[in-house]
Amino acid sequence: MKAFTKLDARMAPLTMANIDTDQIIPKQFLKTVEREGLGKGLFYDFRFDEQGVEKADFVLNRAEYKGAGVLVAGDNFGCGSSREHAPWALLDFGISCVISSSFADIFYNNCFQNGLLPVVLKPEEVQALMEEAKGGNHVVTVDLEAQTVVSPSGAAFSFQIDPQRKAKMLQGLDAIGETLTAAMDIDVYESKRALSEPWLERA
Amino acid sequence: MSGKTLYDKIWDAHVVAEQDGEAILYIDLHLIHEVTTPQAFAGLRAAGRPVRRPDRTLAVADHNVPTEGQALGVGAVADEEARLQLQTLERNVKEAGIEFFPMGDIRNGIVHVVGPEQGRTQPGMTIVCGDSHTSTHGAFGALAQGIGTSEVEHVLATQTLRQKKSKNLRVTVNGTPGPGVGAKDFALAIVGAIGTAGGTGSVIEYAGEAIRGLSMEGRMTLCNLAIEAGARAGLVAPDQTTFDYMMGRPATPKGAAWEMALAHWKTFFSDDDAVFDREVVLDAADIAPTVTWGTSPEDVVAVTGNVPAPESFATPDKRISAERALDYMGLTAGQPISEAKVDVVFIGSCTNSRIEDLRSAAAVAQHAFLNGRLVAPHVRAMVVPGSGLVKEQAEEEGLDAIFKAVGFDWREPGCSMCLGMNPDRLAPGERCASTSNRNFEGRQGRGGRTHLMSPAMAAAAAIAGHIVDVREMLK
Ligand code: SF4
Repeated sequence: MKAFTKLDARMAPLTMANIDTDQIIPKQFLKTVEREGLGKGLFYDFRFDEQGVEKADFVLNRAEYKGAGVLVAGDNFGCGSSREHAPWALLDFGISCVISSSFADIFYNNCFQNGLLPVVLKPEEVQALMEEAKGGNHVVTVDLEAQTVVSPSGAAFSFQIDPQRKAKMLQGLDAIGETLTAAMDIDVYESKRALSEPWLERA
Repeated sequence: MSGKTLYDKIWDAHVVAEQDGEAILYIDLHLIHEVTTPQAFAGLRAAGRPVRRPDRTLAVADHNVPTEGQALGVGAVADEEARLQLQTLERNVKEAGIEFFPMGDIRNGIVHVVGPEQGRTQPGMTIVCGDSHTSTHGAFGALAQGIGTSEVEHVLATQTLRQKKSKNLRVTVNGTPGPGVGAKDFALAIVGAIGTAGGTGSVIEYAGEAIRGLSMEGRMTLCNLAIEAGARAGLVAPDQTTFDYMMGRPATPKGAAWEMALAHWKTFFSDDDAVFDREVVLDAADIAPTVTWGTSPEDVVAVTGNVPAPESFATPDKRISAERALDYMGLTAGQPISEAKVDVVFIGSCTNSRIEDLRSAAAVAQHAFLNGRLVAPHVRAMVVPGSGLVKEQAEEEGLDAIFKAVGFDWREPGCSMCLGMNPDRLAPGERCASTSNRNFEGRQGRGGRTHLMSPAMAAAAAIAGHIVDVREMLK
């Protein structure tokens, strides 16, 4: 899992509330054998029409939001099915932080498994960010260590996060990452076993 | 201080460290296949992590391979998604340098047949695979468990699993079984006795005279079904039967290393004063050839018995599920189970597709043939060997000729109709006598009706055209 420390990136405003994981990544993209490459299906029905032609007016298709790394979204983001493909798709598209006034539970959990930072701000703060995002300047700073979001105009908002989750996110530690902090123990264990049970060592 | 159980000993020997109340357990052997690994490898790539011990990993293609035309290669697999998964596995193992027996290779087959056959499965080991029937390998006194895709990724990256310890449950089968009764009957009778949740949170050790009397194939059948009793794993302590089976296999140690390994393996048994959290005792003489009547592996009945009435169950939810099961299975309460007419017979799966299983089914087929009987005209019967090597050996022994002579279809190895991911499946309403391990609704095909039983019983059902007591047929 990639660590999340501090991010300076363009933010894209997605004003709708209750965006569910089916909208984030529709079911036809779930048959894949990969976690990568799901970005192409992100918000598919918002981004493309029935003929597969880009809808020019959708926020992520507009020139000023191309390459956005932060999504500012309406309330209850990520509701619906538990598919982990939703955070996978956002990350693959280049979005590593979503700001909203609330998130659905499972989606929120899944974010932490994958290094996507979900930031909860007060509704009026989210509103203020959206207004700024609609203006000319879109670069926002998200600082996980300091637990702050600094808007393009310099307004600073602080947010809450579980300290253990924060620590793991800062170091990019998932379950595998956590186990790998014991890598030395594993090395030592392996070398002992190589001596006591040498027949298990295959050339 | 009391002694240790077999499970305690294996566990203790593999704890690398403790973190947040969980043990980091070292994994000696990781078996992988095409269905539960693609996202795990993708996850490793995304995080830039290598496979820690490719030499402790072995890959096969088994779950969705077709059981004919395997020599044509993966490119010829008709199902597009199956083909893509098979190709993805091939690419992933090549990149990581993992030993792989591709489809069509004589060493390929069902993952739980291949591991032991190659000698990769050894006593005292920890073994995992992204498949719940990994418990099979417990027959060798190895702690073998099924895991999910995120854990597959964890094991690939760290060669460890994060886990809390389970409880110790011992199931003892005393005495000697009657004729026509074997490991599958024991296994079904045990699931019937303790229920599908009876082993939840536990590792089962099978012990007793009747278990000692089983061959390795029989012990694998028994441990295979440990998971159907809800257990994390099943275990049989290794003994001379185990060592005789292992000797000379491609991956077992040779010469002086064999002697050294043998001394180590012999330390894996439960101490006399070891304490189990729970004990269950059965007598082999009480176990008849057993079949399932419903849609859960605990729905068992002796072949001489009748389909139970829903009212006979103790709790309302059991009564409701029994009613639903009877309806789904198209059976009537009180009817003799031997009246159930079968349309399909499947001999195969990681439960019963090894050479001994095929021999016992072939013996029934041969007996029928010598008495001028064939597979009943309305029955579609197939035998799917567990691996290319099992198939080869069976052919050397002439078993394929016997099967074909009485009307069985002789197929190429794979999971096949056990889960119906490949083209072998039941049509709605079809009734199947199957040697596999799950009789869930739709497991072998939508609307398909599965009766689990031993290979000899399944072969007998093919000849009779209905469920039948193999002991009667062999008279
Ligand atoms: S034969 Fe059936 S139970 Fe065994 S590994 Fe294959 S699918 Fe799983």
